[in-house]
Amino acid sequence: MSQVRRLDQGGRIDRATPLEFTFNGTSYVGFKGDTLASALLANGVTEVGRSFKYYRPRGIVGAGVEEPNAIVQLELGETTTPIQRATEIELVDGLVAKSATTKDRLGLRRLGRLASSLMPVGFYYKTLIRPKALWEFGEKLLREAAGLGTLPVARDPAIYDKYHHHCEVLVVGAGAAGLSAALAAARHGSRVIVADEQAEFGGWLLSSSTLIDGGSSDVWIEEAVTSLQSHPNVVLLPRTTVFGLYDHMLVMACERLVGQHSSIHGLPRERLHQIRAKHVVLATGALERPLTFANNDLPGVMLPSALLTYLNRYAVAPGNDLVLATTNDQAYDAAFAWHDCGKKVAAICDSRSELQPTLMMRCEERSIKVLQEHTVTEARGRKRLDGVFVARLSSDKSSLIGKSHAIGCDLLATSSGWNPVIHLNAQTRAMARWDEDEVSFLLDSTSPNVVTAGAINGSRTLAACLREGVTAVRQLRSLSEHELDSPVPQVEETNPACADKIFKAPHRRSDSRAPKQFVDFQLDVTAADIQLAACEGYRTIEHVKRYTALGFGNDQGKLSNVNGIAVLADSLGKSMGEVGTTVFRPPYTPVTFGAMAGRSVGALFDAERHTPMHKWHVEHGAEWENVGQWKRPWYYPYGDESMHDAVNREVLAARSRVGVLDASTLGKIDVQGKDAAVFVDRVYSNMFANLRVGRCRYGLMLRDTGMIFDDGVTARIAEDHFLIHTTTGNAEVVLSWLELWHQTEWPDLDVRLTSVTDHWATAAVVGPKSRSVLRVLFPALELKEECFPFMSVQSAEIEGIEARIFRISFSGELSYEINVPAQYGLSLWEKIFEIGEPYGITPYGTETMHVLRAEKGFIIAGQDTDGSMTPADMDLAWCVRRNNDVDFVGRRSLALSDYQRSNRLQFVGLETRDPLTVLPEGAQLLNERSKTVPAPMQGYVTSSYFSATLGRSIALAMVSGGHRRLGESLQCALHNGRFIEVKIVSSTFYDADTAAQKVDESSDTNDVLPQVTSRVLSRTSYHETVEEANRDHESISCELWEDSRVVTLLGPSDSREQTSRSLDAVGTLPSEPCTWSSIDGVKVCWLGPNRWLTLERFGDDGTIDFDFGLSLPPDITFVDTTGNYTVFSLTGSSAKRLLQKSCSYDFHESVFSTNTCVLTTFARIQALVVSGENDGVELLVRRSYSDYAYRWIVDASREFGFAV
Amino acid sequence: MLRIYCPYCESVRDEDEFHCVGEAHIKRPERPDELSDQAWGEYLHFRTNPRGEHREIWQHAVGCRQHFNVLRDTESYEIKSVYRINEEPPNVTDPDT
Repeated sequence: MSQVRRLDQGGRIDRATPLEFTFNGTSYVGFKGDTLASALLANGVTEVGRSFKYYRPRGIVGAGVEEPNAIVQLELGETTTPIQRATEIELVDGLVAKSATTKDRLGLRRLGRLASSLMPVGFYYKTLIRPKALWEFGEKLLREAAGLGTLPVARDPAIYDKYHHHCEVLVVGAGAAGLSAALAAARHGSRVIVADEQAEFGGWLLSSSTLIDGGSSDVWIEEAVTSLQSHPNVVLLPRTTVFGLYDHMLVMACERLVGQHSSIHGLPRERLHQIRAKHVVLATGALERPLTFANNDLPGVMLPSALLTYLNRYAVAPGNDLVLATTNDQAYDAAFAWHDCGKKVAAICDSRSELQPTLMMRCEERSIKVLQEHTVTEARGRKRLDGVFVARLSSDKSSLIGKSHAIGCDLLATSSGWNPVIHLNAQTRAMARWDEDEVSFLLDSTSPNVVTAGAINGSRTLAACLREGVTAVRQLRSLSEHELDSPVPQVEETNPACADKIFKAPHRRSDSRAPKQFVDFQLDVTAADIQLAACEGYRTIEHVKRYTALGFGNDQGKLSNVNGIAVLADSLGKSMGEVGTTVFRPPYTPVTFGAMAGRSVGALFDAERHTPMHKWHVEHGAEWENVGQWKRPWYYPYGDESMHDAVNREVLAARSRVGVLDASTLGKIDVQGKDAAVFVDRVYSNMFANLRVGRCRYGLMLRDTGMIFDDGVTARIAEDHFLIHTTTGNAEVVLSWLELWHQTEWPDLDVRLTSVTDHWATAAVVGPKSRSVLRVLFPALELKEECFPFMSVQSAEIEGIEARIFRISFSGELSYEINVPAQYGLSLWEKIFEIGEPYGITPYGTETMHVLRAEKGFIIAGQDTDGSMTPADMDLAWCVRRNNDVDFVGRRSLALSDYQRSNRLQFVGLETRDPLTVLPEGAQLLNERSKTVPAPMQGYVTSSYFSATLGRSIALAMVSGGHRRLGESLQCALHNGRFIEVKIVSSTFYDADTAAQKVDESSDTNDVLPQVTSRVLSRTSYHETVEEANRDHESISCELWEDSRVVTLLGPSDSREQTSRSLDAVGTLPSEPCTWSSIDGVKVCWLGPNRWLTLERFGDDGTIDFDFGLSLPPDITFVDTTGNYTVFSLTGSSAKRLLQKSCSYDFHESVFSTNTCVLTTFARIQALVVSGENDGVELLVRRSYSDYAYRWIVDASREFGFAV
Repeated sequence: MLRIYCPYCESVRDEDEFHCVGEAHIKRPERPDELSDQAWGEYLHFRTNPRGEHREIWQHAVGCRQHFNVLRDTESYEIKSVYRINEEPPNVTDPDT
């Protein structure tokens, strides 16, 4: 057996399961239950790495998160993981790791001691400061030398997961105090979550051998865990580090799953838990603090608590002869355990003058020599410890008395007390206070709803920890009304005596002359460094931290901070409390980027919106433009056609024959209510009250500052019914804007707003032959100019499906925008292409759309405007009503004096001298070729294209006083210092007399219409294929309801009392928030005050017999929103778990009951979750998100098994 | 992250379900024409931006789409009160002071 340091018996390891692993190229064997650190120690590995700055050998110091030295690179190769703590890595078979030691590029190993004595604190700052160029050279070297480990170069194949939790009590730490608190809270019936960073619950109990209730602590732990598991409302999270406590009690924790270094069978590697806790019990314990003395970084020096852990938990004795140096009672346990396993305790050096007789008795029983008022001043050895120098302390403990003498040993354990783990609470700005009695920083106060228990309070006995767990739960306000009669387990132990306040052992030489006394092992900060910093004028711990790098490592100074504060306090002549701590910030331990990202990577990186015709665009090779979250076809290259050629072809097709644009992404807002006209009149600068039913008008929406905010065509569908079109990217913003005005300034108006963006699929049929396509598509529709004039809308049926046709034009051509409910969009689109084929119908994308509109000088809000342009600036003063009868939004501002300036930037066209030169968008315009800085700016280019129609380049620009400067020349400055001369022209380049958009009826008779085989429009929904369905052990099934109807019901605005409405003879609309009720078999869901959504499936005969139009009360109106949504029905035992991964909402049965429906976020998009049968739900997402949502569902269900 | 109570949905939700619109109780002047450019400009652009208690309008954008008022401490992020648009601002004083 190669595990030379493994004890023959004991420990919590499974000796029957040996595990092979490789460290720094050498193969070793450990046991199941080992950490990498314990397995290395068992194999006699003492040096685990080299130090950061001085390249000194380092060994394992701690046994948990505090470990500063054993930082390893896990799994070598392309997907390697850096900065992993050997003390936290559970050993698995085949594990490969190496030291994360930096390269010795600066040759420190060769220079050895000489280098270290020449490198004081701030060495690089001081040395590389002059000449300036030296830093640039030096920085490169330092970058090479600095940093721990190597970043992976390949994409991480692991899966990362996220969970949302809600609980009444979160217990952080499952040691004695934590388990005790959890049991008390669980008995009360609360929803409890217990998180602990270790694989096993028990905390310090796993390392100690104390008895509880007269029995082994193992038994007590097991009973506690079993009891907790039996409560249905308790969630246990082992291997889960709670790393951040944020505002409003959001607690973040990261769980490491099996194997930890690799993904197994679709299981995630890490899970990020986002816990919304009502109360938090912090039972985070304490970490032991080492003594600082000369050469204290030699391998072989460790913490007594770590030693005890290795002995008791892992059955590893990392040496033969032990010296213990301590300032307190607790550290003695390590020496006793060491002796009891048959090893030699060479001496115990206790700094204190008075020692407890009981403790001395136990030492005598074991014949352990105790050196009272002694301390270790220096460690001896080259590559590892071979002895220590000890000396007597003066009575004030600040200097040495008499001669020091050497003691031979190969293991030294030192303790200067304990640091309570107050990090989490301190992150929320709770202050830490220095406690002289406990010799540690304790919490001065906790945040409301946070209580503490156990060693975090400075409590040093097991009995106190167990008791405080129970009392902590009693303190929780909401629980205290109930009787809590949790028994406190009994423990027999003696109270420890007072500890000494010593952090650094004195040395015969001054600290700057003595061998290095390391405070921070990870970043090689010595006591002398901190003293020098104080000498150089650094007064606050925050500055000293940044100057010396104390506590800057990835261990965040868990061992070093308090010792560093002590050295600084001593240097400044201040108390510990006066120096104080640095600010605690999350995370408590490093968190991987993978865990933060969760499943939002690759195809799920961001939510994507697809139009109903997306599949067609994909099949026809569209290149994409991202507009907000929408994927819009940019252009459709044929073969290897360039973008320039493709766009020119598309432009000419639309101008000379017929082109089609997928305009489904345009924002569409349905406005109803008897005050709809008044409302629309107030939010646009134009007049709308006089718009006739069936007609459309282009309108400008202004901010109250008078600046253009959005534009679009608004149609009057009925007297009290409008449809507003917004720009694609602004749809959500405009809706919120309208709702804000309605709800805050004009709540008395009866207006009902509904977004119907996703409901309608829109195909814009553009060009001279568009009318011929329409004639075939809608044979019954009268297309004569007088019947269907420009700027009007008609309803028409196509195969029994309602279509709306707008004769509007964003291209200047004769154009019809055909709208059908989204589920028929793809089918309509295909039909249009079938009809248009003889005319050479051509799909065009957003780039061609831009060129066409720029030729006409039509603006794009957000491209040609940036929120600082008035209608007059854009030559759109005709959109502003002249009379003052309506105080529309923005009106007063238009009269502001600054808005009348004649040199305001104004919207014009630009032409280059060379017709083939296309100006860069954003380029600045100057009066002359001047390179003076700053050059007097005359404006800038907002849009620029090559116009195939005109055979030349065109550009739109904002030019100072531009409207009166037509014909003048300007210089366009390029980034490379060159200039292009441009001429200011009108912004309308093409067809200024709008002849192109007129109907040419003369050709009708000659037009031979194509014959079309009758094709019925069919419904289509999402387009994803189900590649990843796992039918083996499915526990989630997802059904898509293609045969459903979704209608939004709207009541007049607000007032809770009004919301209880009865539907004639059938039932009552639900008035209770977030509930649904069943009316005649239809689910009617509450969406908001006076807004409901009905969800129903077609009957067997494919029809819906319930007609809302007939049975609704007169003040309730409705909008068909079937096309707005895709309905997924999720059922199965893991459906709720899927929701827990995707929604921040609480789906616990106490909140989400059988008649709950809730609008919330699902996978970061809006969704309506409606409770369904058998614990299932119906999930309604906007149709444009359905591909994305489906992808998410498949991905998040992978670990459960999934069927469609 | 904030956790905000929606007075219409009657439940506490994550911040990302909401939009913050800005300072509350800024009534649009009834007769803008009677205001000087300066007075109108103050209505448009000037906000209090206090350290401490701040009344804000939030919209439950992902949920019921209603706007409501939130009294929030800009220093501690504590939400001291939530009330509807048509309701009077409550008189809340810091219980800690």
